[in-house]
Amino acid sequence: MAKLENRSALESYRNTLSSEQKSRKKKLISLCAGSGCGAYGTAKVHDALIQELAKHGLDKEVEVKLSGCHGFCEKGPILVIHPEGIFYAQIKEDHIPEIVEKTIKNGELVKSLIYKDPATKEKITYEKDVSFYKLQQRIIFGNNGAIDPTSIKDYIAVGGYKALEKALFDMTPEEIIDQIKKSGLRGRGGGGFPTGIKWETCRRHDGARYIICNADEGDPGAYMDRSLLEGNPHLVLEGMIIGAVAIGSNEGYVYVRHEYPLAVKNLSIALQRAEELGLLGKNILGSGFDLNIHISRGGGAFVCGESTALMASLEGMPGRPRAKYIHTVEKGFRNNPSNLNNVETWANVPVIIEKGAEWYASIGTKRSKGTKIFSLVGKVTNTGLVEVPMGTTLRTIIYDIGGGVPNKKQFKAVQTGGPSGGCIPERFLNLGVDFDELAKVGSIMGSGGMIVMDQDNCMVDVARYFLDFLKEESCGQCNPCREGITAMLDILTDICNGNGKEGDIELLEELGMMIQKFSLCGLGTSAPNPVLTTILYFRDEYEAHIRDKKCPSGVCKPLFHYEIDEEACTGCTLCAKRCPEEAITGEKKEPHHLDLEKCIKCGICYDACKFDAILIQ
Amino acid sequence: MENQIVIDWKKIDEIIEWYKSDREALLMIMQDISDIYNYVPPEVVPILVEKLGVKPSLVYSVATFYKTISLEPRGKYIVSVCTGTACHVRGAEKVMEALEDRLHIKESETTDDLLFTLEAVRCVGCCASGPVITVNQNTHGGLNRSSVVKVINEYENQHVS
Repeated sequence: MAKLENRSALESYRNTLSSEQKSRKKKLISLCAGSGCGAYGTAKVHDALIQELAKHGLDKEVEVKLSGCHGFCEKGPILVIHPEGIFYAQIKEDHIPEIVEKTIKNGELVKSLIYKDPATKEKITYEKDVSFYKLQQRIIFGNNGAIDPTSIKDYIAVGGYKALEKALFDMTPEEIIDQIKKSGLRGRGGGGFPTGIKWETCRRHDGARYIICNADEGDPGAYMDRSLLEGNPHLVLEGMIIGAVAIGSNEGYVYVRHEYPLAVKNLSIALQRAEELGLLGKNILGSGFDLNIHISRGGGAFVCGESTALMASLEGMPGRPRAKYIHTVEKGFRNNPSNLNNVETWANVPVIIEKGAEWYASIGTKRSKGTKIFSLVGKVTNTGLVEVPMGTTLRTIIYDIGGGVPNKKQFKAVQTGGPSGGCIPERFLNLGVDFDELAKVGSIMGSGGMIVMDQDNCMVDVARYFLDFLKEESCGQCNPCREGITAMLDILTDICNGNGKEGDIELLEELGMMIQKFSLCGLGTSAPNPVLTTILYFRDEYEAHIRDKKCPSGVCKPLFHYEIDEEACTGCTLCAKRCPEEAITGEKKEPHHLDLEKCIKCGICYDACKFDAILIQ
Repeated sequence: MENQIVIDWKKIDEIIEWYKSDREALLMIMQDISDIYNYVPPEVVPILVEKLGVKPSLVYSVATFYKTISLEPRGKYIVSVCTGTACHVRGAEKVMEALEDRLHIKESETTDDLLFTLEAVRCVGCCASGPVITVNQNTHGGLNRSSVVKVINEYENQHVS
């Protein structure tokens, strides 16, 4: 394909592509090739599908598309048959012959594969009717399931690079910045800083300006950036090009984790295709504007999500942050003005430019506009990526979209904002989620991780878990963070081991406040949040650990033991069969007995028992 | 432990040249070397120093700062247990225990036959499928104690056959 020399060349190319797509009569099977579905075996399903279609001579009539992440990763691999939109979930390679025979050849449904809503037990045939998707508003994430991320044609055919045309030919850089400011877009990486103001400030500083995309998604439990880069890389690139036009930058970087190989691959392909078409490189679409974008791979350091650390890493050094007396928009990468935005922020830009700031600002709450993608994971029935307008309540997200807590367990808390966030208890479930509301209850939006916890999760253990993470990830430059986190972790470990003392809670609070006040960068100042919020909302659990030497959730091994409830035990023998230590004995249909001497508290019996007869004491 | 490897110096040169001996690409160069040998053999450090014009201290500092780089030999299969929050609350610790039992090594150790290295990683971004492990670049999800052992057996069989 030759370079597109000007705007009308792109327009006519788009028209050709979309009419090609419309005139195509054949069936299309879209199979999710995101990392979540991949973990459940998309590759095998894809091979089986290609072979089976060839066997029936259908390979010409039926197109198979490996699409980006559909978001409903729990039920992967996901297969959708278009134009009808028939939805099959959890597909294995042995299902393929039946799908091809019945659905593709004869237009019948495979009854055994029809998706059953876990909450309502209702059978659902079409993707659009799945309750997980119904309440979402997918303005950013929507095209992920519809396009092949390695095909720039697919992206252009659905209207891709239209916003770039507008930005290059119909708007001045000031007008672009004005639109972004009016849209109310705030940084999706966690800070929530107004994007338009950042751009404007960067533009004001002289020098070789850089634009950088932060794809060092480090928050454990959040993966929307991964899915966007894997599933729709051109959307992110288009956002970056528009940003470069507005800021006046001719060089950009995407800093992406080495642990995300598929994202690196799809992004590399996207960069290459965009260059071939003249959407990147010299004289983009004949506008006279030049931009090159490079990929830089990070090396698994959480602190590199911090702007100054990320830029140090881009320069080939260890990613240690510096104090920000001078902001990176003035002196950042290579000491030049640098504008860093997160993947999801960049992905919002084309949508705002195309549909207008006013439209965008009509979605969301007063001070948080647009939608946000959350990764709804943990102890929730439907896990996956959820895009909803800002201000949607936690209850709607967790119960109506997520289907609530599975296995009839009790909801305990939802953790938002990653290691810098907090744990929110049940009484705040009606909270509308936006930057400010989450801050009011002591948590943060962060990058959008939402981890649901149930009665089996110990909040002291969760706090210990996060501090253990942060201790490892602290770069070690400043004392409050390096020593403070270690000191807090030691106390928490003692509490979890049954060696907690009176006064430990108060000491944790005092240390936490010190770390918040005096740390150098955001990692340190937010590090105590998980501990402080769990003390605030779940103080009784801490007290049970310290005073009664009990872990009510059955997580901290020295602080509980299992017991068999003789009344509830039906003598089904399942637990005895599963126990790796042969610690459970008993006759069939008679209550069983657990030998505490042999028990290693692995929890297999607790998970296996269908009659709630294994008790945590 | 046997750790005799033959370094393909031509290949190392090619990698460095691909990045145009750019000192800013130090980490990526080491990652590419690591993709071949599963670690960065310390023998290449002097070459990096010479070709990129950096100090040895910078090379060691970068190599030890980032988790994806190891200066010690690692197994053919790097088994990384995701210990991100979503996997943690769904029992990643139990998966780790099962792997330690199966492989007779502890976290961040390598089996004597240099077949497996066991590591904990902080989140591989497959949070809906947890608990998750990755073996080199393959992801395996929805695991528990027993299914994770099956995954390891498959890799072992692949190696034998």
